[in-house]
Amino acid sequence: MKLCEHLSRSFGDKLVLRDFSLSIPDRGIVALNGPSGCGKSTLLRILAGLEQPEGGTLGDVPPQQTALLFQDDRLLPWRRAAQQLTDVLPRERWGEVPRLLELVELTGEEERFPRELSGGMGRRLALGRCLALEARLYLLDEPFAGVDLPRALRILEGLRALSAPVLLVSHEPEILAQADLVLALEGPPLRLVSLT
Amino acid sequence: MKKLLRWLPAPAFWLGVWQLCAFWVDRSVDGRGNELLLPYPATVLAALGEQAGQVLFWQSILATLLRVVAGLVLGAALGAALAVLTCLSSWCDRLLSPAIRVIRAAPVASFILLVILWTGRNNVPAVIAAMMVLPVVWDSLSQGIRAVDPRLLELGRAYRFSRRKVLTLIYLPALRPHILSALTTGAGLAWKSGVAAEVLCLPRPALGTQIYNTKYLLEIPELFAWTAVTVVLSLVLERLLRWGVARWERGRQR
Repeated sequence: MKLCEHLSRSFGDKLVLRDFSLSIPDRGIVALNGPSGCGKSTLLRILAGLEQPEGGTLGDVPPQQTALLFQDDRLLPWRRAAQQLTDVLPRERWGEVPRLLELVELTGEEERFPRELSGGMGRRLALGRCLALEARLYLLDEPFAGVDLPRALRILEGLRALSAPVLLVSHEPEILAQADLVLALEGPPLRLVSLT
Repeated sequence: MKKLLRWLPAPAFWLGVWQLCAFWVDRSVDGRGNELLLPYPATVLAALGEQAGQVLFWQSILATLLRVVAGLVLGAALGAALAVLTCLSSWCDRLLSPAIRVIRAAPVASFILLVILWTGRNNVPAVIAAMMVLPVVWDSLSQGIRAVDPRLLELGRAYRFSRRKVLTLIYLPALRPHILSALTTGAGLAWKSGVAAEVLCLPRPALGTQIYNTKYLLEIPELFAWTAVTVVLSLVLERLLRWGVARWERGRQR
């Protein structure tokens, strides 16, 4: 599917995106790999509709049908783990909470507040909340930061079963090795270096 | 029992200090003059007991309580509404903020005299209490609203929260400490200014009117007794507010 065409975006006099176009397969996991500050996060935020591009167009998926995992967890400090999921799920889908918690390996932590979770657990909860959203494209900004590798690889296998494609940012070679497609990026301005 | 032991020493200490000071005043003043300057705690307690036997005492307490609570509710509601308005639109902010600051800075006594002329004397205490509470609530809430984490608001936008969810899941919990401090500070102010207004405009029945009468008749033990009643009522109201806000918080987490 086509994600974007000829996007451009700058912050002040720093050009982050210039004539950037991207297409990905309709299913599977696509990893973005590039140095920090190269414009990956900006790309995800534009695809999710949180930043407006100065030029170019978005592709087949309108921003309202994407789900973005922010680079920081942004859990609501006053809500318990299970509530973080029910907060974004419509009531008729509340039954999916156990499955989602199992996917991110947080079964048994339903009643904990974010301050009682470790960094990696908080990250996984934020990922679970993002996956609770119904979407045609999941945009995950470093979903496994602080998560130990074996666990991250297990969760990654779970992501593969989603019906929508996953576009994730990662620096871990082991994660990249498991992706269906790895896009090596450089920037700014963001550009595709290689495709493996 | 343990709670009582932890709670008791401070009041006991200050009662002792009061007793010592009264004793010292008694020693250095001739006759019963000490009752004019600083009566003994026991004298005040006796005065209080005597008052408590009268219907007027309870009527005064109830009437003042109603006025103060009405003022608090009115002031808090208006203050909250204004805080939302001034945070939503910079126009409203520029127009209303100076006016609210003027209300906060103006002396209570001027307002009391003005409001006596504007409304009936029975409404003055509630109106004055509301006027004192309004700027405090407005200030605290508008600071709170501006301090809500923009990253959480962005999350609400990205995750397609309804307006209701943004309000109940992001704004209200983030504002809780501000609401609590605004209400408790506001309640204290409502008592002080409400009773002060009663002393100046003498509605009936009222705590403030009773305090005025004690001054008139130089019944200083009664003055102390009425003051003690006001303080106790104010503390009870503050406790109730804290308890209410804590309950609201627990309800939310269920």
